[in-house]
Amino acid sequence: MKTHVQARINGEEVEFLCEPSQSLLEVLRDVLGLTGAKEGCNNGNCGACNVILDGRLVNSCLVLGVETQGSEIATVEGMAADGRLHPLQQRFLEEAALQCGICTPGFLVSARALLDVHPHPTEQQARQWLAGNLCRCTGYDKIVRAVIGTADGGR
Amino acid sequence: MTDTKTRKYQVIGTRPIRHDGVDKVTGRARYGADIHLPGTLYGKVLRSPHAHARIRSIDTSKAEALPGVKAVATAKDQPALADKIADLGEAVMNLRDLATNVLAVGKVLYHGHAVAAVAATSLEIAEEAIALIEVDYEVLPPVLSVEAAMQPDAPLLHPTLTTRSLGQQSETPSNIASHSQIKKGDVDAGFSQSAVIVEREFKTSPVHQGYIEPHTVTAQWSEDGSLTLWLSTQGAFSVRDQIAELLKIPVSQIRVVPLEIGGGFGGKIQVYLEPVAAVLAKKAGRPVKMTMTRAEVFMGTGPTSGSTIRLKMGASQDGRLMAAQAYLAYEAGAYPGSPVGAGSMCMLAPYNIENVQIDAYDVVVNKPKAAAYRAPGATNAAFASESVIDEICERLEMDPLEFRLKNGAKEGDRRADGPVFPRIGYLETLEAAKAHPHYSAPLTRSDDSDGRKYGRGVASGFWMNYGGQSTAYASVNSDGTINLVEGSTDIGGTRASSAMQCAETLGLASEDVKPVVADTGSIGYTEVTGGSRTTFATGWACFEAAQDVKRQMTERAARLLKISPDDLDLAGGVFTSKKDSEKSIGFKEVAARLGETGGPVVGRATVQPKGVGVAFATHVVDVAVDPETGKTDILRYTAVQDVGRAIHPSYVEGQMQGGVAQGVGWALNEEYYYDDGGRLLNASFLDYRMPTCLDLPMIDTVIVEVPNPGHPFGVRGVGEVPIVPPPAAIANAIYHAIGTRMNVLPMSPREVLEATGQLD
Repeated sequence: MKTHVQARINGEEVEFLCEPSQSLLEVLRDVLGLTGAKEGCNNGNCGACNVILDGRLVNSCLVLGVETQGSEIATVEGMAADGRLHPLQQRFLEEAALQCGICTPGFLVSARALLDVHPHPTEQQARQWLAGNLCRCTGYDKIVRAVIGTADGGR
Repeated sequence: MTDTKTRKYQVIGTRPIRHDGVDKVTGRARYGADIHLPGTLYGKVLRSPHAHARIRSIDTSKAEALPGVKAVATAKDQPALADKIADLGEAVMNLRDLATNVLAVGKVLYHGHAVAAVAATSLEIAEEAIALIEVDYEVLPPVLSVEAAMQPDAPLLHPTLTTRSLGQQSETPSNIASHSQIKKGDVDAGFSQSAVIVEREFKTSPVHQGYIEPHTVTAQWSEDGSLTLWLSTQGAFSVRDQIAELLKIPVSQIRVVPLEIGGGFGGKIQVYLEPVAAVLAKKAGRPVKMTMTRAEVFMGTGPTSGSTIRLKMGASQDGRLMAAQAYLAYEAGAYPGSPVGAGSMCMLAPYNIENVQIDAYDVVVNKPKAAAYRAPGATNAAFASESVIDEICERLEMDPLEFRLKNGAKEGDRRADGPVFPRIGYLETLEAAKAHPHYSAPLTRSDDSDGRKYGRGVASGFWMNYGGQSTAYASVNSDGTINLVEGSTDIGGTRASSAMQCAETLGLASEDVKPVVADTGSIGYTEVTGGSRTTFATGWACFEAAQDVKRQMTERAARLLKISPDDLDLAGGVFTSKKDSEKSIGFKEVAARLGETGGPVVGRATVQPKGVGVAFATHVVDVAVDPETGKTDILRYTAVQDVGRAIHPSYVEGQMQGGVAQGVGWALNEEYYYDDGGRLLNASFLDYRMPTCLDLPMIDTVIVEVPNPGHPFGVRGVGEVPIVPPPAAIANAIYHAIGTRMNVLPMSPREVLEATGQLD
């Protein structure tokens, strides 16, 4: 039996039907076609599926779709607005803070959540906040620089 | 800053935004798992719970009867194959082994070995169905190390496998697949002239490539007998070749569509799910999608080899390396084909040594078949050689960089395995490391009170790199831009590095070239993105395709100007007469008028370049070791590398930093952890524990450019060599911190405490 759920995703009212067992990640990707959130592990280890749920950074693979009734969800697809990239997205491009790009949506969402809490994070704060996101390509150097650089408002 | 007017290149060496970047930061880029065809079924693999067992029978009847199940496959559904060695691009493998790795025949050879598969209308039903498959196993004792596998009475993985030793095939069944040897000079004479001799043994565990995107494929058959695969791979043509061989269908009936790939590092070359999905899709008559879980990625796909290495090296009193003798035994996993040969070739390549003997053994054990992993085989070997060299330096009281400068290979020196070096930049990396402020900075001691010990280590590394076949098409748009089509999947910015070489050649801006990665039906043959070959070889194809465009566009410009093409130069986007500078026409204008000068212009090129430029790196690392817990922290890291020519320096730095991070993980945390029965106990990211950003500092990079004489722009491959030095550099740093030589990877807290005698 599927459940009817109503939520706001990236500022828009969305209704969907989901199985009680379906995770928010499955709902986003398989039901709503929002494939920006990625599945790297499906158990909360890698952060590639991260979204912001009612202001909190979460692994969408660890949230059930039915739990999101009435909630506000922000995914990577909602970061660019009015034809313009979010400053974090722009900075990631300028700093070459991605290689294969599979972890990038998760990092961007986590970094956005970080900047909401610490508008000018130290390197240590940024590393702590992003430690739930795995990247295997970059060694994190350029990612951390891009996040701190965005907070500093660019050069 | 170099003045742009006097700079040799206008595009190469700059840092434009990569062409595929916006799609990748907005979540729009489509990766393998983002594909969904109408009517798709979901496939799931049943995997062996045992490391070694005979399959007495497989009963799939209950699974087949489950509502929603549309197809069940076992090895019986794959054509039987004879022995045939296939070159997969970064590794060679026997096709029969490849087939039985994909679905086990007769025996399972490792925990996680695929036994059967199901396609059903939902993933849940598929999961339920595989649990209903009854497999009757006769459990056999596993062999889990090269030492155990090489015992004369060891249980045999393959009753028909015999050893190929120095070109001779033995008749006795064995787990030793091969023994090869590299020999130069007379090691006994070399050791007799040595004042210092160090001999040590090293052991390393298998480690996984750790790409964040699991393997995924969607397979669909058409009524006309053609098969299309959408997937994540390092080499679409390699997948096509493997599928054609495994399923015995012509390559022309297969189309492989490579989606964006979420990391590979060598692990996404050989097929795993692809033939299974194709078999299921054929039986079910519907598309089948299969995606591995993370646990399946760890259990069922290629780690790189664990190894045992013994190395003896001797040096004269004045610090000249006199002789080296090594024994390398690498775990191939369940089927022959470890990278021990590459390891033996790379091990001592940075040094000019007169007397060398290296014996290399490829040994099967009950673990997943080893796959390529970034400079396959070289990191294990360098852990040994660079650690022994550090000990020799200490005994001789010589600075480790000075010692390497004294013994380092240069142009004209002959490697022990034969090739003579062309112009290389190893010594330049040493000089740059020596000159770097890191090397002369005092070791951080501000928080000495916490009891941690500080040390600095250095190590070098070598990788051969690869050339291979590539194709590129460049078509001219009416607005003067170029559509560039290539066959190399882009894992780390190779659209940009290819497009930039095309743009440079035509005097265009990077963004005026629009690179596209094409499927196997749309581009000529192109080998895998691997072997650090893409910017070198595919970049070369793009350079040649651009030259072809330039020739054709020069003719068109000449036609419009009514002069001879020989009279024209292209510079700064303008064709100008050499005789009369008043006669000129812009590239863009010529492009706009192709319709009146003979129709479209498409440049094309295929290459198989020989002038591969080898790569050297030298790393410096500072660590802090907590003697109480055994934990090692990386405090500072500097990676120096000869890259030949950095096309896009940011992505070159990124390759260096990424290689270091993987090397740090290999050094300190990562390992395949088995119980005595050969069951893998840490098949999750949490338990495998790759480095997070909290485990690493910023990684400083120094790009050294000694152009490769074998490439039009001097490119050397850059991707692989940066993983080679880190474990040895960190081991040397740990020694200088706590006075204990580490000879085991990973150098986890447990191993450090064991080595310092704090564990009973």
